[in-house]
Amino acid sequence: MTIDLKTIKHISKLSRISVDDEKAKKLAGDMNTIFDFIEKLNELDTDNVEPLTSVAETTLKLRVDEVKSGNIREQVLKNSPDKNEDFFVVPRVVE
Amino acid sequence: MSDITSLTLTDLVKNIKDKKISSEETTKAFIDRGEKSRDLNVYITEDFTNALEKAKNFDKKPNFDLKLPGIPMAVKDLFCTNGVKTTAGSKILSNFIPPYESTVTQKIWNEGAILLGKLNCDEFAMGSSNETSFFGNVQSPIDKNLVPGGSSGGSASALAANLTPITIGTDTGGSIRQPASFTGTVGLKPTYGSCSRYGIVAFASSLDQAGPMSKNVKDCALLQEIISTYDEKDSTSIDFKRNSYSKELTNNIKGKKIGIPKEYRVDGMPKEIEDLWIKGIEYAKECGAEIVEISLPHTNYALPAYYIVAPAEASSNLARYDGVKYGFRSKGENLIDMYEKTRSEGFGEEVQRRIMIGTYVLSSGYYDAYYLKAQKVRKLIKNDFDNAYKKVDAILTPSTPSAAFKIGEKTNDPVSMYLNDIFTVPVNLAGLPAISIPAGVDAKGYPLGLQIIGKAFDEQNILNIAYAMEEKIQFKNKITDWWIK
Repeated sequence: MTIDLKTIKHISKLSRISVDDEKAKKLAGDMNTIFDFIEKLNELDTDNVEPLTSVAETTLKLRVDEVKSGNIREQVLKNSPDKNEDFFVVPRVVE
Repeated sequence: MSDITSLTLTDLVKNIKDKKISSEETTKAFIDRGEKSRDLNVYITEDFTNALEKAKNFDKKPNFDLKLPGIPMAVKDLFCTNGVKTTAGSKILSNFIPPYESTVTQKIWNEGAILLGKLNCDEFAMGSSNETSFFGNVQSPIDKNLVPGGSSGGSASALAANLTPITIGTDTGGSIRQPASFTGTVGLKPTYGSCSRYGIVAFASSLDQAGPMSKNVKDCALLQEIISTYDEKDSTSIDFKRNSYSKELTNNIKGKKIGIPKEYRVDGMPKEIEDLWIKGIEYAKECGAEIVEISLPHTNYALPAYYIVAPAEASSNLARYDGVKYGFRSKGENLIDMYEKTRSEGFGEEVQRRIMIGTYVLSSGYYDAYYLKAQKVRKLIKNDFDNAYKKVDAILTPSTPSAAFKIGEKTNDPVSMYLNDIFTVPVNLAGLPAISIPAGVDAKGYPLGLQIIGKAFDEQNILNIAYAMEEKIQFKNKITDWWIK
């Protein structure tokens, strides 16, 4: 299998990472090397194997739904790149 | 006392409790050495002024009942520290100040330790040489232009260079054990679910674990005892009975069955690694352990499976970095353009590559072929270990397939860089505990480590084996202070 430039552009869109042509070429090269390496898995017959989704063989504990760390709005907003009083600000999305 | 910084944690604690040295003296000693060692580039953020203040406060009202009374220490910059910048080695978090504390670091401060600063690491812990950090390479104190390993490279360097008496790292595919092996130090990756992931910048959530890095096994046991706790803030934290690892530490491992997996004899493995392993087997026998040949037949498939699972989880975890709520933001013509530019400029090359791989293997039409396949292979790898543990109590392997390499030597070949983790990755996929201890040096004098892998929740057993073997090995790290002018 080969990952072509069109696929790279598609993945970059899905990943929300802008990629110019030069970067796309480099990425295609690297990813093809990595996927050649990954293809080794196809040597294994896994038809009757259950996928392992978690190594923690434990059931989720239930807890009371209550606020434990509140009133830190100012501290949280302090990290925002752009803010307006109590809101995060983003480029205009509605004309 | 002239050599405070070269003391082990255990000795440092004793000296402080015996009032032979104060927390202030100790903290000052590590700060002074840290200031002289800036060429190693271990710190992303120094918190020296606050550290000294805290040490003075400790001395005014000392509490010697604590396990880390007034002990200064630096931690990997992947742990959120309340009010202290936490970057994960990335530009995208280069101005992030957490409004909360990770559970693991909170446990450490609760025992009286004092934060010295935040240590360099590969960006989002993605790397095996600390070369992907936005804040630059870390030098290993072992030799000039040598990588300390990664991703906990700053932690390993700082520890080996006596800039911190003990430290913590995180290990997703070997990020504690490999740098420990490269720098002649001890590193433990605990069982998945032992240490809370709350407040640790996430990389691959089903693999990430925090763990101690130290100068000897006893110190490692003490720190593990402190950071291993059940935490309701982490839904994968496991509520099991934890040992008092340092108190129960024993060098009596008579009759323990230690497995030697034949699949770890990989093609092209340097002879000195093979020799180290044989030496390790001899030491284990001298300690009274019984050696058993075992097979872990799917070992060769661990790394390819890891390079599907880890990037897939990373692509999902790192979706949160969008330039809106915190971190770096680039200007865009519209919202989508802002996202794409922020992520393109904010993430480094390796991180972008892994996000792209992860996005691809999770994308429509490829999920079954890659992600589901990898999860099935992961099951086979776990089954290998389950079968082996019917016959043995622990498994002994080399920690890495080679000693440390030079900065820049492997940066152009991602797969050759990934191969560094060939012996450590299977352990993460199976969620097991494993410890790396220094066991010898290569022809150039660079440290080599041995890895002891345990059953899930059996940290005490591998700590005991490591403790017994450490006594036989008598490893001494040769640090020449070449970087201090």
